[in-house]
Amino acid sequence: MAHQTPLYADHVANDARIVEFGGWDMPLQYASALAEHHAVRQSCGIFDVSHMTVVDLTGPDSTRFLMRLLANDPGKLRSAGQGLYSCMLNDAGGVVDDLIVYRLGDNVYRLIINAATRVQDLGWMARVADRDDIVIRHRDDLLMIAVQGPKARELAAPLLAEELQAPALALRSFECVRHDHVFVARTGYTGEDGFEIVLPAEAGVALWRALAAAGAVRCGLGARDTLRLEAALNLYGQDMDAGTSPLVSGLGWTVAFEPADRQFRGRAALEKQKTEGVSEKLTGLVLEDRGIMRHGQRVITAAGEGSITSGGFSPTMERSIALARLPVAATGSCQVDIRGVLRKAQIVKPPFVRLGRILVDDAPVQK
Amino acid sequence: MTQIPQQLKYTEDHEWVRAEADGSVVIGITDHAQHQLGELVYVELPDAGRTVTRGAAMAVVESTKAASDVYAPLAGVIVQGNPALADQPELVNTDPYGEGWLVRLRPGDAADLAALLDSAAYTQLLAAED
Repeated sequence: MAHQTPLYADHVANDARIVEFGGWDMPLQYASALAEHHAVRQSCGIFDVSHMTVVDLTGPDSTRFLMRLLANDPGKLRSAGQGLYSCMLNDAGGVVDDLIVYRLGDNVYRLIINAATRVQDLGWMARVADRDDIVIRHRDDLLMIAVQGPKARELAAPLLAEELQAPALALRSFECVRHDHVFVARTGYTGEDGFEIVLPAEAGVALWRALAAAGAVRCGLGARDTLRLEAALNLYGQDMDAGTSPLVSGLGWTVAFEPADRQFRGRAALEKQKTEGVSEKLTGLVLEDRGIMRHGQRVITAAGEGSITSGGFSPTMERSIALARLPVAATGSCQVDIRGVLRKAQIVKPPFVRLGRILVDDAPVQK
Repeated sequence: MTQIPQQLKYTEDHEWVRAEADGSVVIGITDHAQHQLGELVYVELPDAGRTVTRGAAMAVVESTKAASDVYAPLAGVIVQGNPALADQPELVNTDPYGEGWLVRLRPGDAADLAALLDSAAYTQLLAAED
């Protein structure tokens, strides 16, 4: 039986269509996934993301442990209240998971990892910890709400505790603030501005209802997926996994080879890949023909073949877009095999949409 | 409440079939099916003249989430796909039994029509699925 978040009853009462995702019964959409998508691009939407795993890390060796665990450099977190996106890698350089780590204090961190990978992640962290003096605590007592869109911050801030309002509005991207048991970060998975708020279940249900009453649109996983695809934010298990390197997943920028003496797991494998040169890249596609590109479809380019890792319909561009793993030399036009028919697409540099604006060439669909 | 017009025939795959005076049939997906799929953003229809066997995938309806096959409820030859769906796939959601029809087909054997479900049987099928 799948887990349910403390907001499950609210989802059902608001006519959500429920699907199982990563072992959780989650809302796929309410009345309209397209309307939810547009609400986030134009105004404000709220997402129940309580299925994601919150892990608190304490103990005198916490920083040392993260230095070995993460491909990005936790040393970039110079003070409490800063956050960092990173992968954790296996020894072959494959991605065990992607996560955001926040520094809450000296040797105190909060990690937010994926739902479907929780068991493997916690197992891998325990292995990497070895004899480090750390405590890893899985916070399954908390609820997590993403408030996203150009109006998200101004709408959400007045609903927070008085002491949190000004500090929350002062956050820069990837920064966080805490008061009592409420944690607010200026992060998200939509390509829009906003907050991710982690708080105890009871207060979380009240905040969710207050946000909805203030005009935020309830959004499901359907809109979350079309928004993150437009923003070209990778989805674990689809755009990268334990068998793919961050260097072929559009995530090279998150790997910190400096300082050179930081021995993180997977480093040797990535250095070898870097020296030898990688043969593939993760890039964007815009379909010029009619149709919808989907995960797993074959892509034919002048430089060789590749495949689509995430594809779908872009409600903002009203056409199909995709992320694809292609030969590094591939540029310009290509063809996508959609159920046996070769359709024309353009290779573009992602993201497609950010902060409400289309960022790629958007010629009309050929009829 | 899902609509199930009485005068139509149905399949277990949630298609409807309407017999026309000229011997052809018009085919679409049911109100229940469009609701399950969610908002459609693309519909791929067969070319006129294509011969289809009963149960063969003849069209594809795509929502924001996934692509789903639509199966031929009868064997026959495709007369026409609904041209309006190229620009307005959402017609399948807003008017599944009217403007949102998918395909007009000339059946190989008109007697096959009698083997399809009537509205009472389709209503029972939906009740059993719940």
